[in-house]
Amino acid sequence: MNKYSLHLDSARCIACHGCEVHCKINKELPPGILLCELNTTPMFMCGGVPKSNFTFDTCRHCEEPLCVDVCPTGAMIKRKDGIVYIDSNTCIGCMACTRACPWEIPIKNLLTGKAVKCDLCYDRIDAGLKPACVSTCTTHALKLVRLEAE
Amino acid sequence: MKKISYSVCGMCTVRCPIRVESDDEKITWIEGNPTLLGGALCARGLAGVALREDDQRPQTPLIRVGARGQGQWREASWEEALKYVAGKLDGIRRDYGPEAVTLSSRGGPWQALYKSFIHAFGSPNYTNHDAVCGRNTHHASLSLNGVGRTDFVYDIENAKHLVLFGRDMFSSLRIAENIKTIDMLEKGGRLTYIDVRQTRTGIKATRFFQVRPGTDYALALGIIHGVIKKGYYDQEFIAKYTSGFDELSAFIEQYTPAWTAKACDVKEKDIKAFIEEIGEDRPNVIFHPGWNLARYSDSFYASRALHILNVLMGNMEKKGGLLFSKGAGDCGVKGIRSIDISKPDIKRADGVGWKYPQFDKGPGILHLLYDAVRSGEPYPVKGWIAMRHDPLSCMPDPEAQKRLLDKLDLLVSIDTNYSEFGWYSDVILPESTYLERDNFIVQQKGLKPRLVRREQVMPPKYDTRASWEIFRDLARLLKLKDFIPFDTMEEFWQWQIEPTGHTLDEFDEKGFIDLVDEPVIFDPEKLDGKFKTPSGKIEFVSKKLTDCDLPSLKPYEAPVAPAAGTFRLIYGKTPLHTQGHTINNPLLIELMPVNCLWINTKVAQKLNISEGDIVDVFSADENYNASLPARVTDFIHPEAVYMTHGFGKDIPRQKRSLHSGASDQKLMSNGLTRWDKAGGCLSLCENFIRIEKSMRNNIKKIAI
Repeated sequence: MNKYSLHLDSARCIACHGCEVHCKINKELPPGILLCELNTTPMFMCGGVPKSNFTFDTCRHCEEPLCVDVCPTGAMIKRKDGIVYIDSNTCIGCMACTRACPWEIPIKNLLTGKAVKCDLCYDRIDAGLKPACVSTCTTHALKLVRLEAE
Repeated sequence: MKKISYSVCGMCTVRCPIRVESDDEKITWIEGNPTLLGGALCARGLAGVALREDDQRPQTPLIRVGARGQGQWREASWEEALKYVAGKLDGIRRDYGPEAVTLSSRGGPWQALYKSFIHAFGSPNYTNHDAVCGRNTHHASLSLNGVGRTDFVYDIENAKHLVLFGRDMFSSLRIAENIKTIDMLEKGGRLTYIDVRQTRTGIKATRFFQVRPGTDYALALGIIHGVIKKGYYDQEFIAKYTSGFDELSAFIEQYTPAWTAKACDVKEKDIKAFIEEIGEDRPNVIFHPGWNLARYSDSFYASRALHILNVLMGNMEKKGGLLFSKGAGDCGVKGIRSIDISKPDIKRADGVGWKYPQFDKGPGILHLLYDAVRSGEPYPVKGWIAMRHDPLSCMPDPEAQKRLLDKLDLLVSIDTNYSEFGWYSDVILPESTYLERDNFIVQQKGLKPRLVRREQVMPPKYDTRASWEIFRDLARLLKLKDFIPFDTMEEFWQWQIEPTGHTLDEFDEKGFIDLVDEPVIFDPEKLDGKFKTPSGKIEFVSKKLTDCDLPSLKPYEAPVAPAAGTFRLIYGKTPLHTQGHTINNPLLIELMPVNCLWINTKVAQKLNISEGDIVDVFSADENYNASLPARVTDFIHPEAVYMTHGFGKDIPRQKRSLHSGASDQKLMSNGLTRWDKAGGCLSLCENFIRIEKSMRNNIKKIAI
C-alpha cells in the first residue's frame, strides 16, 4: 500500500505554475520536459462568477506499476513506501516503461539519454523534507499527504 | 562547499524574502523565507537560478559604435566605460549645468542610492516608473488621508470582505498578501472582483462584476451612493475624523443604483445585493484602492472614491481593515542610518512642484520630463541614466520616445538584462544579477517593522558589477564628495545598523531582524494627528486640490465608445513573467512563450476568428502591427481586447524571445499625450486598436 500521495487543494491553488518550474530546477531538466503539470479547466459559470478548477498531474505511483515489470534492466523500482523511481545508473533509455504506462508518464531526457519521471523527490522525503513542488508552493495549495489504511 | 544565504528576490519588484542554497558552481535551490513565507515562492522567483546562468544578458560593459538602436557594440573594460560615461556627464555639466542630467529607476527600497547620486551630481531630476504605476493611487490617498498609499497595511487575513477593482493580485503575486487572501477565503470571507474581463483573481471571487471598460469610477460612485443612502457607514468615525461629508452626500445624489447599472453594463440587483453584503461585513471590509491604476483619465478619482469607501466603512486601525504602516519611530525604537543627499534647490525639469503643484515632489512625473526634452524649457535635458529601468518598454509609444531621446547627448543603461532602452543607449553598464550583488539594509515599515538586506550569494559569473559599486566609482571619477564614503558593503552595513543596537550576525538566524516583538496597533479612538492634510482631518473636499483648481468630487464623464471596427486595448500581468524583463528567461519562456489576444466570443464570430487563430493587431496610426494567437472567451467585455504586457520585444541578443507576441506599448500611438491631470499617471487603457484575422491562418501552406 502506498504511503504517500500529492494532493492539490484547487481552492487554494492560483495556477502560478511554480510547482512545474521548481520540479525542473530540482531535477536539472532541459527544456521540453515537465515531470508534473498544472492544468486549468475552461471557465464555467458558478453562482454568477466565471470559475476555473485546477488539476495537478504527475506519475500515479501505481499500486501495481506496469513500468516496473516491463523494465528490462530492473532500473524501475517500487519502494516499500510505494514510491516508484528510476535508478539512472541501470536505466538504458529503451523507454519500454513509457509504452507500458497507460498515461505514458516516463519521458526521455535527451541530455542523459535516460528515462525520467516524478519520484516524489524521495531523497528529500528520506531527509525529512517535502518534495520540491510542495516545498515552495506559492499559496500552500499542494500537499504531500500520508495515506493510511482503514 | 554548500552554502545557505538569506536575501531578497529580484525577479520582480515585490522583492520577497528568500533563502538560497548554493555550491561552488551554482545556485541549487531558492525558496521563500521559511519564517515569513513558509518556503513559498512563485515561478518567477524560482527561475532566478536561470538568470545567473543566462548568457543572453550583457556580460561586459558595452559602448555603442553604430547609430542608436542599430545594435552595433564594442566591448569595453569597466575602467574605460566608466571614464567614458563620467567624461560625457562632465561635459554636459560644463555646457548645460548639472540639472541637464536625469536619472530614472523603477523605484523601490534602494532608490535612495540612485537619488542621492544624481542629487550629489547637482541635478534635482531623479524620476521613476511610478507615473505608469501607482502615482494616481498615491496622490488620491494624499489628497484624502494626508498620507500616501504605502502608509497603510491591508489586514486582509482578518477581513470579512475584500473588494478588488481590477487588482489582479494572483497574477501580480505579492506572496505574503496572496497567502493571506487565500486564508481569508478559506475562513469564509468574501471577495468581490471588478474588471472588464475575468482573471486569475476573479475566479476566486464570491461576486464578480464584468464592467464596461472605463467605468470603475461610476461603479465606485454608485457604491458610495448605496452605502450613504442605506446608512452603512461609521457615523462616529465620520464625525470625529473627517470633513466635507455633507458635500459628499449631496454630490453622490445623482449616482443611483439604476444609473450605475446602466453606466457600467451590470445589473442593478447585483449592485444592491453587494451593498447589503458590505453592510453586513463592515467595518471588516477592505476596498483595495488600486495598484497600477494608470489606466483612465479619471483613475485618480476612481482611486479616491475607493479610499473614500474605506473611510465610510470606518475600517482604519481596526482588525480586518486598513492599518497604519509603522516605522521605527512609531514603535519607540531607533532605526537604521541611510544614505540621503538632499535635492539641489533647482526647479525640476518635469514641472512638478512649480508648474504642477498638485503632485508630490518625490520622483516627479516621468512623461512630463519628455515635455522638457521636447521644448528645452525650463532648461535643456541632455543626459539620462536609466537604472534598471526601461521607459521604452513600460511607457507608451516608444517610437515617439526615441525621437525625443535623439535630442539627448548621453543615454546610459545600467541593467542586468538587455532592455529596449539599453538597446537604444550609448553605453550599457551590466549590473550583476540580484543573486550576485549586495545591497543596503532596508527598513521595511509595517505592523512589525523589520530590517532586510540583499546579500551576495555567488560571485558574478560575468564581468558585471553591483549598482552601488557602479555609482561609487562614477562618483569618484566625477569628484562628488561624501557620496558613499565606504569601500565595502560590510562597512556600509555596520554604519547603517549601529544606531539600532542590533548586529549583522542576527541576519544569519532567519534572514531578517524584527525591530519589535509584537505588532504595533494604534488606538482607533485616538487617531488625531495621523492624517497629515492641511486640516488634520480626512478631507472629502481637499484643500490642496481646491488650491490647484482641481475638483475633489468630480462629476462622472462616460468613456468614449470605440469607433466602429476598433477595440479598447487593455493590458495586464501574468504570474509567469515580470512585465518585460523575464520573457527571455529559459525556464519561464518555456511555459509562456507568447501572449494572446483575448476577444469576446460574439465579436470574434463576426470577425470569423476562432480560438487559437492568429490575429494581426494594428496601432491607431497603423505604424505598428504584430501577430499573436486569439483567445476567444465570453468573459471579456465586447468593447475591449486584452493582452499581457511585456512581449513583442525587438532585442536581437535576447534570442529566445525575439519578436515573440505583441507589444501593448507599441500599439499605444500618441499614448504619451493622454494622462490624468489630477493624479499624474498616463492613461494606458485609452488606446484603440484594429484587429484582423491573419492571412497566416490560410489552409494551404506550401513549404519550400
